[in-house]
Amino acid sequence: MNKELVDKIKNNPDYQELVSKRSGFAIKLSIAMLVVYFTFILTIAFSPATLGTPLSADSVTTVGIPIGIAIIIFAFILTGVYTKRANGEFDDLNNKIKESVKEN
Amino acid sequence: MNMNRIFLFLILGTVAVFAAGAIEGEVSKQALNMSAIVMFLLFVGGTLGITYWAAKRTKSAKDFYTAGGGITGFQNGMAIAGDYMSAASFLGISGLVYLKGYDGLIYSIGFLVGWPIILFMIAEPLRNLGKYTFADVASYRLKQTPIRSLAASGSIATVILYLIAQMVGSGKLIQLLFGLQYEIAVVLVGVLMILYVTFGGMLATTWVQIIKAFLLLSGATFMAIAVMSHYNFNFGELFSHATELKGIEIMSPGGLVSDPISAISLAVALMFGTAGLPHILMRFFTVSDAKEARKSVFYATGFIGYFYILTFIIGFGAIVMVLGNPQYLDMAKQAIDGGQPILGGNNMAAIHLSHAVGGDFFLGFISAVAFATILAVVSGLTLAGASAISHDLYASVIKKGNVDSMKEMKVSKIATVVLGIVAIIMGIMFEKQNIAFVVGLAFAIAASANFPILFLSMYWKKLTTRGAVIGGSIGLATAVLLVVLGPIVWVDILGNAEAIFPYKYPALFSVTAAFIGIWFFSVTDSSHDAEAEREAFEAQYIRSQTGIGAEGASEH
Repeated sequence: MNKELVDKIKNNPDYQELVSKRSGFAIKLSIAMLVVYFTFILTIAFSPATLGTPLSADSVTTVGIPIGIAIIIFAFILTGVYTKRANGEFDDLNNKIKESVKEN
Repeated sequence: MNMNRIFLFLILGTVAVFAAGAIEGEVSKQALNMSAIVMFLLFVGGTLGITYWAAKRTKSAKDFYTAGGGITGFQNGMAIAGDYMSAASFLGISGLVYLKGYDGLIYSIGFLVGWPIILFMIAEPLRNLGKYTFADVASYRLKQTPIRSLAASGSIATVILYLIAQMVGSGKLIQLLFGLQYEIAVVLVGVLMILYVTFGGMLATTWVQIIKAFLLLSGATFMAIAVMSHYNFNFGELFSHATELKGIEIMSPGGLVSDPISAISLAVALMFGTAGLPHILMRFFTVSDAKEARKSVFYATGFIGYFYILTFIIGFGAIVMVLGNPQYLDMAKQAIDGGQPILGGNNMAAIHLSHAVGGDFFLGFISAVAFATILAVVSGLTLAGASAISHDLYASVIKKGNVDSMKEMKVSKIATVVLGIVAIIMGIMFEKQNIAFVVGLAFAIAASANFPILFLSMYWKKLTTRGAVIGGSIGLATAVLLVVLGPIVWVDILGNAEAIFPYKYPALFSVTAAFIGIWFFSVTDSSHDAEAEREAFEAQYIRSQTGIGAEGASEH
């Protein structure tokens, strides 16, 4: 990629929009995953009894079980949310950038 | 095998996402299991057929390393899941749930949460910048020779450590399941793996992974359904029966993750380690573009998450159906240690459960799947190791890029054979050794050397060759040193009274050391070359974001 092309893409408003939107989205989702996971792990480290609380008085199932399963499902949903937006909206923007490069 | 060793092994065994080290210590040879052998032969026959088909389509280095880049996102997601759902994940985590209940789920979650981060941060730029190995990306704008040498060292170290764990685990597992002699089992795994990889390259390896993932998911699904059908598909009933047998504490965190430092350090190792494993990273070059790379992670995360939920049910199923069943009781061990030990140790819980729910036939199926799992994982590992040798060391470092594709592929095949032989020799050498540390070490190296260099090369403009080489080496050295001085090697293997480094997982410290080292030696690098490397970032970043100029799929 030569200097001219680099400058051209860098100054393309579509490119700037793509990078800022996608980075922002990726960072937000990463933080969401990290916050959920570290909250879980640190709860176990500092207060293991919390997740051992029974769901109800006559139940042996603890709150930790649905929470654990929910984290697995949450991780999967996050990948779905990102993939859907990136393969749609972001790729559309990206294709516009590629088109504009092809023109000359 | 005393309880402490089982316990320790379980902890490390589960860190060993890919390790097959399912069984530790002495195992007794079991009687020949005919249905297992027939199903295993079917698998081997089928996969060798695929290898033959793949060999005819593997004509260039690109085909060999990346299956031509034409694997779909769904197929690659399945293959990644195949790489990740090792015999250790399957047997180790279900064994951990069987032994400790809830703690098994904590580990599963740790293994899973790295995947979204890989998707958001790594998959796309990796696909857009690289060709065959992650060193392509790390050395994109830096000096080829030092960066590739370091990245290849990190890759080869990770691969060999994993291979040792795999080979030893496979030998013991096969000995136990099929009644084969240890050495024969190890040689068999090594030879089959060499055949798959040298002839079929990435295409055969990918399909072996896909088939194995499908078989494993089907088998585990059947087991989970069989267990749940006993309890009217009511988790409350399953849990309450299990707690009657094993105590209420299996429903709560049980102290496997006890102090905050260990907890965070383990989390760092799992997340960044996964993102630094060469055979996982290599899988992203098998798809045609970033779009398919994203889909790969989406499907992989779904399969892996589903699999972990199944292993949790399977572990509890083993508590209610295997524990206390005289058929699976190891009476010899019980006479010495008391309690209710099961044949082959706790990690055989899922295997015994397969017998309890499906008789000899299903036991044979699950045993064959466990063997297939090992074969698939060692093939992926060996291919990644061979690529580091041929693509990074031979073609780029030694020949400085002046080598044709056919010659490079030939070197890669030779490297595969050599790695296969090394793996067989190591597997036999380490049979009686305590190998509990090797997988933890492999993970620590991946997280502390491979990952920081890769991540910063993609996102940090000021990274220079000097910073990457010195900082990456610091990460590598710190990881090795802290594992040696930690409780597993220093106390359990070397027999010292107290560990010099108190934590089992060094990643928090070694990853931090690597990042600080890379930062410091980059920002203080005022050489002319460093300036040029910083200037080259812009063009690299544009390619990583847009895929303009990226490698495409090959035509045929």
